[in-house]
Amino acid sequence: MDTIARFFIKLRMLLTRDRFHRELDEEMAFHREQQQQALEAQGMTPDEARYAATRQFGNAARLKEETLDSVVFRIETAVQDFRYAFRQLRNNPGFACTAIVILGLGIGATTAIFSAVNPILFKPLPYPDASRILMVWYAGRDGTTVPQSFHTYQELAERNRSFAVLAVMRPWMPTLNGNDQPERFDGQQVTPGYFRALGISPLLGRDFQPADDIFKGPKVVVLSNGLWRRHFGADPKIVGRQVRLDDSLYTVIGVMPDTFENVLSPSAEAWSPLQYDPGNFTSTESREWGHHLRLVGRLRPGASLEQARADLNQIAHTPISQFPRPGFVSMENGLVVNSLQGDVTRGVKPALLSVVGAVILVLIIACVNVTNLLLARGAQRRGEFAMRSALGAAPARIIRQLLTESFLLALLGGAFGLFVAQFGVRALVALSPPELPRINAITLDRTVFAFAFAISALIGMAVGLVPALYASRKQLHVGVQQSSGRTAGGHQLTRRSLVVAEVALALVLLVSAGLLLHSLQRLFAVPPGFNSTQLLTMQVQTYGRHYDDDRVCHQFFEQALDAVHRVPGVTAAAFTSQLPLSGDADGYGVQFEGDDPDAAYPAYRYSVTPDYFATMGIPLVRGRLLDSHDVAGAPLAALLSDSLARQKFPNQDPIGKRVHIGGRIGGQLFTVVGVVGNVKQMSLALTDSDAVYTTTTQWHWADGTLSLVVRGRGDPTTLVPAIKKAVWSADKEVPVVRIATMDNLLAASAAQRRFVLILFTAFGLVALILAATGIYGVLSGSVTERMREIGVRAALGATPRNILGLVVRQGMTLTAIGVAIGLTGAAAASQTLITLLFGVSRLDPLTYLAVIALLGSVSVIACGLPAWRAAQVDPASTLRAE
Amino acid sequence: MARKPELMPGTLDMLILRTLARAPLHGYGIALSIKRLSDDVLTVEEGSLYPALQRLLVQGWVKAEWKKTETNRRARYYSLTVAGRKQLGLELSQFEQMIAAIGRVLQDADA
Repeated sequence: MDTIARFFIKLRMLLTRDRFHRELDEEMAFHREQQQQALEAQGMTPDEARYAATRQFGNAARLKEETLDSVVFRIETAVQDFRYAFRQLRNNPGFACTAIVILGLGIGATTAIFSAVNPILFKPLPYPDASRILMVWYAGRDGTTVPQSFHTYQELAERNRSFAVLAVMRPWMPTLNGNDQPERFDGQQVTPGYFRALGISPLLGRDFQPADDIFKGPKVVVLSNGLWRRHFGADPKIVGRQVRLDDSLYTVIGVMPDTFENVLSPSAEAWSPLQYDPGNFTSTESREWGHHLRLVGRLRPGASLEQARADLNQIAHTPISQFPRPGFVSMENGLVVNSLQGDVTRGVKPALLSVVGAVILVLIIACVNVTNLLLARGAQRRGEFAMRSALGAAPARIIRQLLTESFLLALLGGAFGLFVAQFGVRALVALSPPELPRINAITLDRTVFAFAFAISALIGMAVGLVPALYASRKQLHVGVQQSSGRTAGGHQLTRRSLVVAEVALALVLLVSAGLLLHSLQRLFAVPPGFNSTQLLTMQVQTYGRHYDDDRVCHQFFEQALDAVHRVPGVTAAAFTSQLPLSGDADGYGVQFEGDDPDAAYPAYRYSVTPDYFATMGIPLVRGRLLDSHDVAGAPLAALLSDSLARQKFPNQDPIGKRVHIGGRIGGQLFTVVGVVGNVKQMSLALTDSDAVYTTTTQWHWADGTLSLVVRGRGDPTTLVPAIKKAVWSADKEVPVVRIATMDNLLAASAAQRRFVLILFTAFGLVALILAATGIYGVLSGSVTERMREIGVRAALGATPRNILGLVVRQGMTLTAIGVAIGLTGAAAASQTLITLLFGVSRLDPLTYLAVIALLGSVSVIACGLPAWRAAQVDPASTLRAE
Repeated sequence: MARKPELMPGTLDMLILRTLARAPLHGYGIALSIKRLSDDVLTVEEGSLYPALQRLLVQGWVKAEWKKTETNRRARYYSLTVAGRKQLGLELSQFEQMIAAIGRVLQDADA
């Protein structure tokens, strides 16, 4: 008979199970009667016969269950088990709530982290065949990646055999003027293949074509769906209309779909063609040779990542005369080819993976804790199981019952966990460091629900298995006699091992948290090179044709600065072309007079107004600062950072040396007039502080965007409205953006470390609490079981202090074993944190000792309560109970 | 009380099928018949008999119907189906092969 027919027979039996039971009852009753009659015929009295027949027949209830089992699905019994399990939990709300909350926290935390990590690290990016989208960089000297230049892009686009399309992009910040207040937003300038590389087409209008990307060609723009809705009321006839961006007219050629997620520049809302000059290979100072573009490409069908890598590197190492390269773009280190996903997540991967590891530890601790609770309850319920088994429950049935209970607990925990996860996800997004990609993709979606359910089910099995096996392995009938057990049961050993595991895992988490905390302290102890307190920063961006004239630009900033100076409460103010720790990174090659013309020192270039040093609190090391005499037309003056001066002139006075900044643009030489202290530009953790300073008016050109730094009395944020008004008094149309205190920037520069630290600390504390409750639970149980022994000891003369010591020693032994195991684990786990540590060895003894002390004192407290209870045992009453 | 030899595992289904091949019987009748025919050597425990019968029903090898006994009691009578008869033949031939094999091994061990 085939399976399908069998299935229907079973189904019918399931649906008619009442009849099934009735018929089976009748059949068995008939059997007993017949047996009884036969026995009577052999000469037994009716009573004897009935008794014998019944005994021979055995346990009718169990027989019935087995008979049913042999044919019907398990659903039937599962439903029964669930109903019973529900009753069990309802009758023990304290136990149930504790277990559900613990599991819920574990599952919730894991689910929240999973929902954050899944779209970033695991889910493919939201593009067709996303794995075939690659990024290409110059390889730096020490494994770093360097941005591309336009001419290299041209050469690669022409010569490669492995890409269907290549495109370069650069950030763009157009200002949209139209109605009243101009709005500045993020955008990208791209070569025509950009959207095709990503595999996304515009919703309206058309994609870029090669004809759009012509040097000094007509200006066209593609809008994001958001900008189109916000500013143009989702006008379906937008294509072909002209919009005014940066004082120029752009023709709208397309609108991107709502679903387009631009991971390469998530905030971009408009795209226009790059329109670089493709023919100008020989001028090495041109922007077409500048390393400032990112290169993305889509593999040709059939080509692999390895092929592309080999192909591009072969091109890198075989220059041809058609594409001449200047000395600094020799590509001698080759090219780095990565998947787009790997590229986008590279910076955050170690941090995310360490967080995933941490949350898994928390989940394990939560499971261990609940297993322990179940074991303790199993001990209390021994009588119940014995009774059920005597009434006909097979051991397998009892195991199933227990697993059902733990399964139910886990499901309820999972439901609560999803609730926790919702808050968790919101907190994660709020806490997330700015470099975290795809932040908008972090949601509780179907995958996450499936994940939460799957781990709940898994946990149900995991936490239930040990207690269930215990319950079945026990000689259950012993339990009926309500064993009072003079010795601790064997399950105590298991429970103790579990507590040891909890302590060990908690130690791993706490040590990691400690190391991160220590790192962050070290990091913030690093002097940034300036005084960050009461310092307000903001960016002022000029836009429009009239600012193309350098004099207009300088004049505007001068007027704005004067106005800011007049604001009451402002004690100092200055403009700078780049702001430390703000993400700005404006580097130039610095070449001193007499240097090898092919060698240049990379250095940050700051064009500042003379008060910059006083405002920031950057100290003068030697020589003089820039002053109001260093204006256009006066001799060109520059300051060096201390590190650059020491590196270049270890034993000489740098004052008076002459230097080219930014290649040999215009052949102009600046004279070094002073040396100032080092300033952290990119991060407190990095030591690259080589820098040159000039005044804004003496720099080669007028920077259209400058950052304003203002020192004020009291809380600097209260000055913001007045300062903005002052800037707008010079030109009411300029956008003032990126307003932040320097302290905020400082804190944000360590955001990723702080993010990981907060999570580890939270997880570590949860682990600590769970471990403490675990110790407390086991000792309480042990004290209850050993009540009689303790009574005997007391009767034999043990003082309360002896007994207190006995119990505390027992608890602390567990802690000590756990700590010993945990130390090994922590030493191994800290390896994964290395990239996040700063100024602290991963085996930093101070951190380890502090964590051991913390764990030790918490477990002493956890031991204290049961120990105190043991010390109060009245020997007379326990002995009488014997 | 001397222990009775236990039924070899897997043979119960075959014994039931063989018993029913003679005539339809109720559960008690099956147990009684096996006991008598084996001269009291084989005792079928009720604990195995009823689950086995349900199993055979699900397989479709036997069918059951409620009938009156000679003493006018209602009882569930099991009878062999065509599939059951085929299954019995299969099991018998397998069983004989196995007995023969065991016999050869035992003889060899004697020699």
